[in-house]
Amino acid sequence: MTNHYIDLKNSDCLLIMGSNAAENHPISMKWVMKAKEAGAKIISVDPRFTRTSSVADFYTALRSGTDIAFLGGMIYYIIDNNKYFKEYVENYTNASYIVAEKFDFKDGLFSGYNADTRKYDSKNWVFKRDEKGIPEKDPTFQNPRCVIQLLKRHYSRYTPEKVSEITGTPVADLLKVYEMYSSTGVKDKAGTVLYALGWTHHTVGTQNIRASAIIQLLLGNIGIAGGGINALRGQPNVQGSTDGCLLFHLLPGYLRVARASQPSLDSYINANTPTTAEPQSANWWQNYPKYSVSLLKFLYGDKATKENEFGYTWLPKAEDGKTYSWLDIFDELYAGRIKGMFVFSQNPAGSSPNTKKVVAGMAKLDWLVHTNIFNNETASFWHGPGMDPKKIKTEVFLLPAACSVEKEGSLSNSGRLSQWRYKAVNGPGDTISDGEMVSKIMLKLKELYQKDPGKCPEAILNIRWELLDDKKQFDSHKMAKETNGYFLVDKTLKDPSGKDIEFKKGDLVPSFAYLQADGSTSCGNWLYCGSYTKAGNMMARRGKEDPTGLGLFPNWAWCWPVNRKVLYNRASCDPTGKPWNPKKAILEWKEGKWVGDVPDGAWPPMSDKEKGKLPFIMKPDGVAFLYGPGLAEGPFPEHYEPVESPLAKNIMSAQMNNPVIKIFKSDLDKFASNDPNFPIVCSTNTITEHWCSGAFTRWQPWLLEAQPELFVELSPALAQEKGIKNGEKVVVSSIRGDVECVAMVTPRIRPFKIGGKTVHQVAMPFAFGWLFPKTGKDSTTNILTPGVGDGNTMCPEYKGFMVNVKKA
Amino acid sequence: MSVTRREFFIVSGLVGAGMALSSLGVDVGPVKAFADELKIDKMKSAKTSTSVCAYCSVGCGLIVSADSKTGNIINIEGDSDHPINEGALCAKGASLFQTTASNPNRLTKVLYRAPYSDKWQEKPWDWAISEIAKKVKATRDAGFVEKNDKGQVVNRVENIAHLGSSNIDNEEIAALNILVRSLGLVYIDHQARI
Repeated sequence: MTNHYIDLKNSDCLLIMGSNAAENHPISMKWVMKAKEAGAKIISVDPRFTRTSSVADFYTALRSGTDIAFLGGMIYYIIDNNKYFKEYVENYTNASYIVAEKFDFKDGLFSGYNADTRKYDSKNWVFKRDEKGIPEKDPTFQNPRCVIQLLKRHYSRYTPEKVSEITGTPVADLLKVYEMYSSTGVKDKAGTVLYALGWTHHTVGTQNIRASAIIQLLLGNIGIAGGGINALRGQPNVQGSTDGCLLFHLLPGYLRVARASQPSLDSYINANTPTTAEPQSANWWQNYPKYSVSLLKFLYGDKATKENEFGYTWLPKAEDGKTYSWLDIFDELYAGRIKGMFVFSQNPAGSSPNTKKVVAGMAKLDWLVHTNIFNNETASFWHGPGMDPKKIKTEVFLLPAACSVEKEGSLSNSGRLSQWRYKAVNGPGDTISDGEMVSKIMLKLKELYQKDPGKCPEAILNIRWELLDDKKQFDSHKMAKETNGYFLVDKTLKDPSGKDIEFKKGDLVPSFAYLQADGSTSCGNWLYCGSYTKAGNMMARRGKEDPTGLGLFPNWAWCWPVNRKVLYNRASCDPTGKPWNPKKAILEWKEGKWVGDVPDGAWPPMSDKEKGKLPFIMKPDGVAFLYGPGLAEGPFPEHYEPVESPLAKNIMSAQMNNPVIKIFKSDLDKFASNDPNFPIVCSTNTITEHWCSGAFTRWQPWLLEAQPELFVELSPALAQEKGIKNGEKVVVSSIRGDVECVAMVTPRIRPFKIGGKTVHQVAMPFAFGWLFPKTGKDSTTNILTPGVGDGNTMCPEYKGFMVNVKKA
Repeated sequence: MSVTRREFFIVSGLVGAGMALSSLGVDVGPVKAFADELKIDKMKSAKTSTSVCAYCSVGCGLIVSADSKTGNIINIEGDSDHPINEGALCAKGASLFQTTASNPNRLTKVLYRAPYSDKWQEKPWDWAISEIAKKVKATRDAGFVEKNDKGQVVNRVENIAHLGSSNIDNEEIAALNILVRSLGLVYIDHQARI
């Protein structure tokens, strides 16, 4: 989230799209409803009429997988009707930047596409720059090659009629949403976007969110109270695990993973540290060397020296341009190339797409180590449906974990708020925390590599592991402090006002502004620097003060970065530092300093041409990207059909699907698009009483009683067509398999008119499986879903694939 | 008789969930009287601690009460001091009690499934850790890639994968990062991807 949960109350208009907050983030609705009570409008856009829709001021439906068409129409509406916030757009975005000649767009493809590699060369998308490297601009917005003109041209194709033909949303409904939401493009109104997996679970997921970012920037809704783009994320610590980057392409704090073409620390840092010629840009990522060297010092301690490039050589180097994502992992398992696997606290046999391939892959492993608090379909895959244990060699270690209240540590919510949880009791039986399990494995590995060096033992022997308490057990306080970071030598530095500030060896670093690139500081994650300081464990704070009255609660726990609640908050003020909306001022420049939230940098506002900085400090040129040349599919989001579509062709262009997605080729990767055998669009969803694959919640009678078995929601029209009655057993099938479930016939879901034909859509939760409760059937919805992912993130397309439904 | 807010929660937790939903400032006299009548004296011996919900990412605060005589958790409910949830919880959060030792379905022993076996066997931790470490080392040493096809030094391991997790604490995630990067793994991912 750019903002945070309580801040939803400050909004004037909430566009809830790709999210069913009322059922999946029920308590977030407390703040949505507070906004509504104060007069805000709620818009719900969803293929199904959900409980969120039921409290909305306006609801409309769209076919799964057509959000870019819907939002593209809104972008055009905003520009064409001059609804955008001119002063904001002019000062804080790249709207005025001139794009160089090579950029072009024709019939669904941007310039620079290579059909053989299925990749673009983004050199075709650069800005025109002067001899100093400063982007050329036209503040009058008249130049036909300036960003806002190109944006307008691109989305002029997204007329309400065309959008309606693609999405199935009536033209009048589109215009109503566009009008309601674009009313926030003024100084004293805030519009916010709430999304969740409904936007990410597509082959164009990243560009769905980009499209919303363009809208939010046009309307001046980023950086302000009640604004922002707010991802309502699905797991208790998914924000923390993303910040911690247990990910193939990133190291903690969103630092890039080292690649094969970066043999030295210098080459790694040079490849990842952006530069700018823009005089007023803070270009915060120029600090990349400080964060990466401090991370290496965290990893290797005294073994990391300037002479050995701080141990950089011991880090694994991924192949350039190669993805090692979730989908790649199971493809490698199925190909038999991955022999061993750790799966910590999750249930991929239920949550992964195309689960038949997942379990077939697991059956090819030599060993699987799994930790959890309950048994699940992953641990027990070897005796699941269609499995013959006598033929499966995989050794499985199922390790009993302590649950959330049986251990101590922090977790970060979607609003980047890191909160401390205490241990209430010891866990039952032999349960221990996941941290303690990792510790045991790490120490044993060190012992083994000490005895027998094997391959590259330095990487294991030199890694620091000084995280044990007096009882030789994993100590979360020690790790929290290591994550925050230490001074490793005595050091005198300048504070933000320019005064000397002295630090001693062993001091906790108070803020990432003090991290160093010379090896004198360590830090496990620069974003969490400041979370555990001399003042104590900031994440455990329980102060209830709310000085702005906007719900910032700056003394409750601690949020990254540096306890800043609203990202890019200096954009909430005009270039002289006066809040656009004084009634909801998140920040104000008063008597030479910023007052309110922790500002995005202490510099004066940008009207101070000497010391002032532009507000979008994480962007090299200091402004936000309406034109975003950093994504794989091009600078502007473009509508492409899901990989499995009900249509024969894309109504918008000759390019049917996202041109850069990776298609796996195994015999279990089958797709059926525009196939009469599978004519119905299906989308998966979550229900309040179960969590993700249900691996925790199905074992709890209170919850299972409320939602005991798998069902499919279908419209009365489709039910009539298929002769299905409410409550009857049906079989839902895709080209990858079928599942049996109960039919829920409901007017909450309605057929669409798409390109002149009727298209039905159905919806299914994915919280069930075969292990428990025992129904004799495999209720794993993800048998049906395709193993194909987004062009940037490889996030699977669980929403918008093709099925058929018939009576069981 | 004065009752502190914390004691009030414990009382209300014992005498009925309905009272837990009452707003602060209600007259707790009758509740206390009712508790006394039932001869419930656990309120003085329950140890409470705060926690955060284990499901979605809203981060709702919880108050966990453990009987200080038995050490068992006796109640989990919303923390009314918490600025986000103000005491409220959804169905899952309100059921968190059933993830604790009170649930007989919890895993309590290391379980091991041998090759081609059709059953689990209970094992001690020392054995499991030792076996896991041996397997990790053997697989890693067999699959270690020092240089790629271009001759670039890569020091990576492509035959072991790691998934997870967004359902563990930040400090545990940091520990896992140390483990998987030290091993040289590149196939590293978790639920955030899906």
